[in-house]
Amino acid sequence: MKTIEIKNGRIIDHANKIDQLGSLYIARGKIIALFNKPKGFKADKIINAKDYIVCPGFIDLSCRLREPGQTQKATIASETKAAASAGVTSLCLPPDTQPVIDTPAVTELIKDKAEKVNYPNIYPIGALTQGLRGDKLSSMVALKSAGCIAVSNANAPLDNLVILRRAMEYAAGHNLTIFYRPDEVSLSHNGCAHEGLMATHYGLPGIPEAAESIAVAQCLELAELTGCQIHFSQISCKRSVIKIQQSKKYGLNVSADVAIHQLHLSENDIEPFNSFYHVLPPLRSKDDKKYLQEALANGTINAICSDHQPHDLDAKLGAFPETEAGISSLETLLPLSLRLVENHILSLPHVLASLSSEPAMILGLKTGSFTIGYDADVCIFDPQKKWKINHKNWLSSGKNTPFWKHTLKGRVIHTLQKGNLIYTLEKT
Amino acid sequence: MINQNLQLNSKGRLKHFLTIEGLSAKILNEILDTAESFVSMSQQQVQKFPLLRGKTIVNLFFENSTRTRTTFELAATRLSADVINMDIATSATSKGESLLDTINTLEAMHVDMFVVRHPLSGAAHFIAQHTSPHISIINAGDGQHAHPTQAMLDVFTIRQHHKNFSQLKIAIVGDILHSRVARSQIQALNTLGAKEVRVIAPKTLLPAHIESLGVKAYHDMKQGLNDIDVIIMLRLQKERMNSAFLASENEYFNCFGLTEKKLKLAKKNVLVMHPGPINRGVEIASSVADGHKSLILQQVSNGIAVRMAIMSMAMQIKGTSL
Repeated sequence: MKTIEIKNGRIIDHANKIDQLGSLYIARGKIIALFNKPKGFKADKIINAKDYIVCPGFIDLSCRLREPGQTQKATIASETKAAASAGVTSLCLPPDTQPVIDTPAVTELIKDKAEKVNYPNIYPIGALTQGLRGDKLSSMVALKSAGCIAVSNANAPLDNLVILRRAMEYAAGHNLTIFYRPDEVSLSHNGCAHEGLMATHYGLPGIPEAAESIAVAQCLELAELTGCQIHFSQISCKRSVIKIQQSKKYGLNVSADVAIHQLHLSENDIEPFNSFYHVLPPLRSKDDKKYLQEALANGTINAICSDHQPHDLDAKLGAFPETEAGISSLETLLPLSLRLVENHILSLPHVLASLSSEPAMILGLKTGSFTIGYDADVCIFDPQKKWKINHKNWLSSGKNTPFWKHTLKGRVIHTLQKGNLIYTLEKT
Repeated sequence: MINQNLQLNSKGRLKHFLTIEGLSAKILNEILDTAESFVSMSQQQVQKFPLLRGKTIVNLFFENSTRTRTTFELAATRLSADVINMDIATSATSKGESLLDTINTLEAMHVDMFVVRHPLSGAAHFIAQHTSPHISIINAGDGQHAHPTQAMLDVFTIRQHHKNFSQLKIAIVGDILHSRVARSQIQALNTLGAKEVRVIAPKTLLPAHIESLGVKAYHDMKQGLNDIDVIIMLRLQKERMNSAFLASENEYFNCFGLTEKKLKLAKKNVLVMHPGPINRGVEIASSVADGHKSLILQQVSNGIAVRMAIMSMAMQIKGTSL
């Protein structure tokens, strides 16, 4: 299929200030025109997007695929299918696979698998330190040449500030962005819930906000010292937002994302000891949730990620503190994001930008918008379509979502990646 | 909030006993009344009741505890049940067997009730959600969450001295942060309508937002004990000294240890309680623990009757109808 016309859709591309009905023209995997048919263009395929929204495909800054190493939980094949069905056309894979992404070999293995499942836009994030152990720097240059888009220590602690400083200097010298998930382990030690009302109520070991905000503050100081480009992953509380806001105000060029569930759930929503709500960073207070929403609206937080962490059910069977943390969240990403629009927190174009052009900017990718000549990564969705989460509708191997059996609004109809139609919703 | 339906059957009667939360004053009073009937009957030197004859109860302890297990065992024996004690603190689960496998294995042996103690909060709930409907679960302490039978025997002991909770001011003193006992006591006392519940502890041993549980927090015994009817002292785990919660045993005793002198800060006829085992000279002076205001041993004896009441009620047998 060489040429595609997507017609009659409401095309929204915030980066290019577009929100208008019309057609999108694709040839050789690229966006070649909007609204006005190019001379001599003949579509091999026409997609009718009447009543649908046509927007740049989503770019997920944090998405675990569990491969290599934990294929009992999920595989690259299963999760890229889920991603395609969620309108996600590019995803960043954190380095905490088994083995860790700290060698070019593992990086290449993942890239090869991505090609094999026809989902080439997997962007591995390289380990910041060898084995994520926090003591020796990884070979970042080699990782970058092999295809790593950034470096990170994922959720592993990096408690030695000298190592963090050197890693930041080293990364800065090679133009690598560090994805930093702030967590001062001596304070979050063994915690499994926000140190607040619910942890007190249910006797769960708590994690104070300060465990995150102190790590943010330290990292910001070192970013200033080293000039390293920092992206904060999965910010969960007000105090972190304030720190980031202040440093942005003084001219420091940092960015941040928030996991979609943090914008919708707070500690008050946790059903007693239901391990599907066990997530790290933990679900915080209502006030934190509200502040995160505002931070997204005012641009302090740039992007929304899924923080997708599929688990096998065994990982979630047990007393709350001993279960594994994480939510399977790719497929709820769009409907929950649309809820922000319905609740008047963000405009629709802004929400879509925080899922596409904003993460593209953080990654330095030429995608995430309908700029002529960019890859044709497109999501076409029906904003009104309601669907119920159940085994039939759900593609991820991880069924661990607190939204299981909920009815959500907003469903992806087609997804195109580099001009290839990688997903079409089956008619029911 | 805890789903009431998990603990109650369709007729609103006790099925599992996992936490005080969500249980009405009516049910708590029914437990206390049933326990009362067992106490008066055992005073007539009746040792055994045939209420649970033919039933099998497994004491499933993932954490060591001699006293609680012994009182549960005695309670079950006095109800004529067959009792099996399983100490799994160091065996099966450390071999990689999951909690669920342990439960499933035992369930296959036709058990009617599990009495569960576990070091993690929520373990009893998890087990109650994953066992067959005919099995009752009694929580004998889960992590830092709840120890509801202990709380019930404590309020039972208080009731033997004060019929009306609405006049009572009670202070709980010590390591509230790590205490499942305190959480359950607070819920029981508030459900039964206590006038005021206070917690007294150094700031390091009070959880965040403690007031949300319906208590007033104090960091000072002088203020905290003023006008108090009942003082409940909590055990201080010695390992707290090593993890920067406290400075020294000595300083803790000076600030929060219950001495004859501090006892005078409370009401004249104040009662002293402790869930045991006590650390003499750490949280309580021997003269107070053994003094005439102390109900500590009475609590232990009451523990049997209260647990008999809870076990028989959870098995849908009315103890009072004997």
